[in-house]
Amino acid sequence: MKKLLLGDEALALGAINAGLSGAYAYPGTPSTEILEFVQAHPVAKARNIHSHWSSNEKTAVEEALGMSFCGKRSMASMKHVGLNVAADAFVNSAMTGTNGGMLVISADDPSMHSSQNEQDSRFYARFAMTPCLEPSSQQEAYDMAAYGFRLSEEIRIPVVVRLVTRLSHSRAQVEVAAEAAPENPKSYPANPRQWVLMPGNSRVRYRELIADRDKMEEASATSPFNRLFPGEDTSLGIIASGIAYNYVMECFPGGCPFPLLKISQYPLPKKLVGELAGKVDRIMVVEEGQPVIEELLRGLLDTPARPVLGKLDGYLPRTGELTPDSVAAALRKALPDCAPLLPAEVAAAPEFVKDIVVPRPPALCQGCGHRDVYAALNAALENFDNPKVFGDIGCYTLGWLSPFNAIDTCLDMGASITMAHGAADAGQHPSVAIIGDSTFTHSGMTGLLDAVNEDTPMTVIISDNLTTGMTGGQDSQGTGKIEQICLGLGVDPAHLHTIDSLPRTFEEMKTLFLNEFSHSGLSVIVARRECIQTARRHARK
Amino acid sequence: MKCDIILAGVGGQGILSIATILGAAALRENLHLKQAEVHGMSQRGGDVMSCLRLSSDPIASDLIPMGKADLIIALEPMEALRHIAWLSPQGRVVTSTVPFVNIPNYPAEEKIREALDSLPRVTAFDMEAVAKESATLRASNMVLLGAASPYIGLTPEQIIEGIRTVFSPKGEKMVDTNIAAFEAGRDCALTY
Repeated sequence: MKKLLLGDEALALGAINAGLSGAYAYPGTPSTEILEFVQAHPVAKARNIHSHWSSNEKTAVEEALGMSFCGKRSMASMKHVGLNVAADAFVNSAMTGTNGGMLVISADDPSMHSSQNEQDSRFYARFAMTPCLEPSSQQEAYDMAAYGFRLSEEIRIPVVVRLVTRLSHSRAQVEVAAEAAPENPKSYPANPRQWVLMPGNSRVRYRELIADRDKMEEASATSPFNRLFPGEDTSLGIIASGIAYNYVMECFPGGCPFPLLKISQYPLPKKLVGELAGKVDRIMVVEEGQPVIEELLRGLLDTPARPVLGKLDGYLPRTGELTPDSVAAALRKALPDCAPLLPAEVAAAPEFVKDIVVPRPPALCQGCGHRDVYAALNAALENFDNPKVFGDIGCYTLGWLSPFNAIDTCLDMGASITMAHGAADAGQHPSVAIIGDSTFTHSGMTGLLDAVNEDTPMTVIISDNLTTGMTGGQDSQGTGKIEQICLGLGVDPAHLHTIDSLPRTFEEMKTLFLNEFSHSGLSVIVARRECIQTARRHARK
Repeated sequence: MKCDIILAGVGGQGILSIATILGAAALRENLHLKQAEVHGMSQRGGDVMSCLRLSSDPIASDLIPMGKADLIIALEPMEALRHIAWLSPQGRVVTSTVPFVNIPNYPAEEKIREALDSLPRVTAFDMEAVAKESATLRASNMVLLGAASPYIGLTPEQIIEGIRTVFSPKGEKMVDTNIAAFEAGRDCALTY
């Protein structure tokens, strides 16, 4: 049967139909819809497949690994920068290996539609020495779930599935199974020693992991997702990975005349790359994200004997996501003789609209409590010489934009508190951290403990909207517990305040902020108002 | 059959519902479809764009190449112009003329109108007024879909089936309201 699914949804349904027992995740664009799909799916409900949000990506990966330990199929999904948070658990999960199949799904965001950077998760797979799957279509995303679980169980290692925004958030018809396969029965690892990563065990396991690379490469060479297509014109060979394959094919509606190696499984199969290289004069590498394959091909000795064309020599743009247009431009440049047959260049913005179309940046919603917090905070800071406000990741990062221009930094999840701490240590006053409730329980609590232990002179504002707002209103793990968490960490009750963030509490908030700026120790202010989007949804129910 | 459509608007306007309805219609007709959209930060009152590709043959890219769109469907006139580079020389723009002003430097409306009028094939009218008159203001996006419907390559019945599929979980009244708005929009386009 056919279904219309986002790439995220196709992968989630593939996993459910392959006998998934537990899905773990922290919301993050463009990965959020994976767990949301599991949460809403009737089979997942009937089977009680785990689908609660986790506090962060590290807890998600560890929880998924615990389920794999017991022989069940599990997955942890996150955005690319979430894999940084989960890195310790993920890299070491390649050392423990898996029992039940386990997928670590990381959705990259080239062009940074909603992210801080363009890091490429394929590097993580290479670093941890796990296989990596990179679907080029929604159908492959669906099929790769079952395939990935089998691969994970065969080689006893977690399998990374690398998505990108344009696949995660693009819909297409997908042929799906009518019924979900049964879940794995409970079982325990064949080699229990491997799961205790003490040095003696780890040294043994590390040699095995390195030896297993041959199996992984063999799996890549015979993978149904990697394929070498013949072509008559051997003046150029193309390696296209993941979604980049589609852009290449868009340029050749009548079929690609050049030998083409489609890559959707790593480690890169030397055998197939060698076969292609043996046939052609030059190789163009078309890949979404960072030049992972290209750097491997070039190496340090980058010989002119068989030229490699790609992002590092300007054929393709080094930053931002690929488009059918940028791929067509690269092919035109590489193939001047064929250029008339390739799609022609189109001006990005015709003259007649240049003066008319202006940017429309995103903004905090009207009726959002973060607005009231920033209005009061700006007023309270008005008479200080150099106030600094350390921001964090969430809707409230938009406070950097006009009209508030209220924050000075945004680094990663939780960094508001720790950077304000470091700045206070350097003598900064006032040193203010602003963090949302979900970000606080994701990665802010440990930093707050540091500040509690030193009674750091700084003010932490937890702008609590009772949800994970930016990603569309997922349950936040700290809802209803924020003050208790702060008290439990040891925040002085005399300097822990809760206030409603509303237009009418402007003066009250401003006064509270000013009072706490004058306190020469740690203060925490919880400013609370339900997210206007989730409040509307609750009102409709 | 092939129709490459750019859907454009401002986050929260309901532009993606149009994609959902055409998706449901395409699935029913067994057409190939790819539809790329943007979630997350760009939805907070920023500009939103979605590529919707329908075809009787398999589709390679999720994104439409520039200069290849058969249609730009927009709920906001400046957003229609933002993506004009995607329009093919034979393509058409169907847009509401009601500006959504949430930025201080929004351009003068006459300039937008002039730019729209300079295009060879454009259907531009006040979709909100038509929605209010024929259904409710909230159905402006269905007026827009109706106005674009003569150019998509699907019959109105096929699209109406899509509307039914999408809105029937919300009740028969919702279905009727949206179909009424769709038909009003289609009438306006056919007599434009």
